[in-house]
Amino acid sequence: MVKFLYLLPRAISALESRMTTVSKPHAGAPAHGSAPARLDLRASTGGGIFEYAPAPESVRPEIAERYGLFIDGSFVEPRSGNHFATINPANEQQLSLIADANAADVDAAVQAARNALPAWSALPGKERGKYLYRIARRIQERARELAVLETMDGGKPIKESRDVDIPLAAAHFFYHAGWADKLGYALPGRTPRPIGVCGQIIPWNFPLLMASWKIAPALACGNTVVLKPAETTSLTALRLAEICQEVGLPKGVVNIVTGAGETGAAIVEHDDINKIAFTGSTAVGRHIAKATAATNKRLTLELGGKSANIIFEDASLDQAVEGIIEGIYFNQGHVCCAGSRLFVQESVLDRVIDKLTDRLASLRVGDPLDKNTDVGAINSKEQLGTINKFLDAGKAEGATMHDVCRSDLPAKGYWCKPCFFTGVQPSHTIARDEIFGPVLAVMSFRTPDEAISRANNSPYGLAAGVWTDKGSKIFDVAAKLDAGIVWLNTYNKFDPTSPFGGYKESGFGREGGRHGLMAYLES
Amino acid sequence: MSQRLPIPKTYKLAIGGKFPRTESGRTISVNDASNNLVAHVCQGSRKDIRDAVEAAGKAHKGWSSSTAYLRGQILYRLAEMMEGKREELSKAIGAGDEGEVDASIDRVVHFAGWTDKYQQVIGSTNPVAGPYHNFTIPFSMGVVGVLSPDEPSLLGLISLVLPVIASGNTCVVLASESNPIPSMVLAEAMATSDLPGGVVNTITGFRDELVEHFATHRGIIAIHAAGISADHRTALREGSADNFKRVTIRDDVPFADDTQCEGVGWIEPFVELKTIWHPSAC
Repeated sequence: MVKFLYLLPRAISALESRMTTVSKPHAGAPAHGSAPARLDLRASTGGGIFEYAPAPESVRPEIAERYGLFIDGSFVEPRSGNHFATINPANEQQLSLIADANAADVDAAVQAARNALPAWSALPGKERGKYLYRIARRIQERARELAVLETMDGGKPIKESRDVDIPLAAAHFFYHAGWADKLGYALPGRTPRPIGVCGQIIPWNFPLLMASWKIAPALACGNTVVLKPAETTSLTALRLAEICQEVGLPKGVVNIVTGAGETGAAIVEHDDINKIAFTGSTAVGRHIAKATAATNKRLTLELGGKSANIIFEDASLDQAVEGIIEGIYFNQGHVCCAGSRLFVQESVLDRVIDKLTDRLASLRVGDPLDKNTDVGAINSKEQLGTINKFLDAGKAEGATMHDVCRSDLPAKGYWCKPCFFTGVQPSHTIARDEIFGPVLAVMSFRTPDEAISRANNSPYGLAAGVWTDKGSKIFDVAAKLDAGIVWLNTYNKFDPTSPFGGYKESGFGREGGRHGLMAYLES
Repeated sequence: MSQRLPIPKTYKLAIGGKFPRTESGRTISVNDASNNLVAHVCQGSRKDIRDAVEAAGKAHKGWSSSTAYLRGQILYRLAEMMEGKREELSKAIGAGDEGEVDASIDRVVHFAGWTDKYQQVIGSTNPVAGPYHNFTIPFSMGVVGVLSPDEPSLLGLISLVLPVIASGNTCVVLASESNPIPSMVLAEAMATSDLPGGVVNTITGFRDELVEHFATHRGIIAIHAAGISADHRTALREGSADNFKRVTIRDDVPFADDTQCEGVGWIEPFVELKTIWHPSAC
């Protein structure tokens, strides 16, 4: 599994351990503010010791001036006649023009998928699987180009698209390829059949990875798909369409329609779609659930979260702080399972905040194409506005914002320095609502029961983290948390074999693993 | 001697291990095929559903954390109690045929046996590409709303309720509208079995009035229904969208057919999968 944030911090820890032999505060001494002669790493990060030369990614993938829709195996001009611009959020430059699919375009895509369904679902599983293996290989072979494109279109650091998004996208196709001829083992005692035409709507935070999460299991199970990427991040999905052409995937099995909310609505409302799979906000998910209520469409929803990351006093605090960082600042916090509510046991609160402050100060925010960048650009102007509103609400409602990151922000582009709030009450907006940005709400607790009840006090239930070195405690707490994924002494790890999905208002259904197949099979 | 005058029973609701009357004070007459009065049942209300959901919610913690072995024993005990009430159940069904009672008892036995097995069938260890121990286990969801079909009045209800409670959920059941009496005889069997109060709460009344309240109650996390109209289906799904209830509606179920009405596929919709990661390298 990939390590998400490359810790130049590792260098810091090493240095810190050397330094602290000189000026280590006494164990148990109040750490906050009163440690004697403690070397302030925050001051040094901007000043020379950790100066990095720029290390920009040199590959520049070809980007067409404009793109059509991928319907029935070909790129076609949209019937709508409209295109919209997609921009690089790190410099606000236009990258390309993306077709804006209307209801007629969606209808053409659904018809193509419907026509392709009988032959595709009748294909022996082993043959279907081979197409998926081919796609996986091509994603690997074109990984660098895809990673750069992902970073340019979405703003995420190149080391994350290179080491997380693209390898995992390939892994999802590899994993599901092997299921195609083994579906009888997935549902023992039952006879699995494909559902039919699947409408799939994905978000902008992991564009190619989400496309792979959706397409790979659907195809392995013998379905055909109409997929809509998010309007700010269409480029890698369109590259995936090219890959489908390259590997000779039968026409109409995968159709990619680009556009915004109206395109999505046309998919949700289309009569000839058998299943809707949606990843995105809880508000839109609720709308989809209502809009499909009178139909027989199957539905899986992977929605929002406000996941709790719980640090007990007997945790390894250095590791826990790395976990906090990975939990909330990975991918600029644009992660549905982000550990956005931090609960720290009261006895170690000051120490954790101190360490978190040091660590956050050293995070490098900036050019997403620079290989040393830890935190990239916010995906869109709109999302930046949303995050800023939450920051204002946090301050207005009385929490204290810790804006300790020392990076200088580029002049152009959409940027938000990673930060955290203390003095947060459970009723505060920043403790309740999903921000989808690099903003952490820090709260404290005294007992395990209190941690559990406060963590569960949320309409969401996607993920949680627990940090303690006590084995029995960690499994007891894990069992009692209302969350579909629980990371123990780790956070934000993903794998195609590991089912992903939430409790409560974080949606229903799972993606990945044997369980994820059930979302694409009738039995 | 004159012929003895029989005493027709008024069935009450079953909520939280008690048998209260509906708070609304309303009753419905149940007549047999020849239109003779058989009994009165309560015409349950929105407030009764609220009380039942509260009772089911309170019972969930204990029931879901009891051992799987114990849940199996208790459900098997329920089958024993039903066996002792065969005649009464059969009479309540009104067909004079004990086939449905037999099938119902056998279905209870089937799901009693699942309580300590579905976890191994549904759960998994997951071979992630890294030094992590990763596994998926099913947990109960909470309070499930069960909407029973009119027919078969007992077997339909049993088939919908047992997979729900076998997996540690508690439930609020709306009984068959055309013949609610078997559901109340069953409730009496449950009260004398070891099933904790509040695990199964039974309401009698009209779907037209109550479906909407099942759909919109935020304390209900899932719905298991069969034999409902298209309008009720839509109402259930629309109302359920607010808190994302997991809705399972079964059409045209041949309840007498074991191959189609038993098995882990009936339990799966009522468990929530939790996937747990832990590093396995030091």
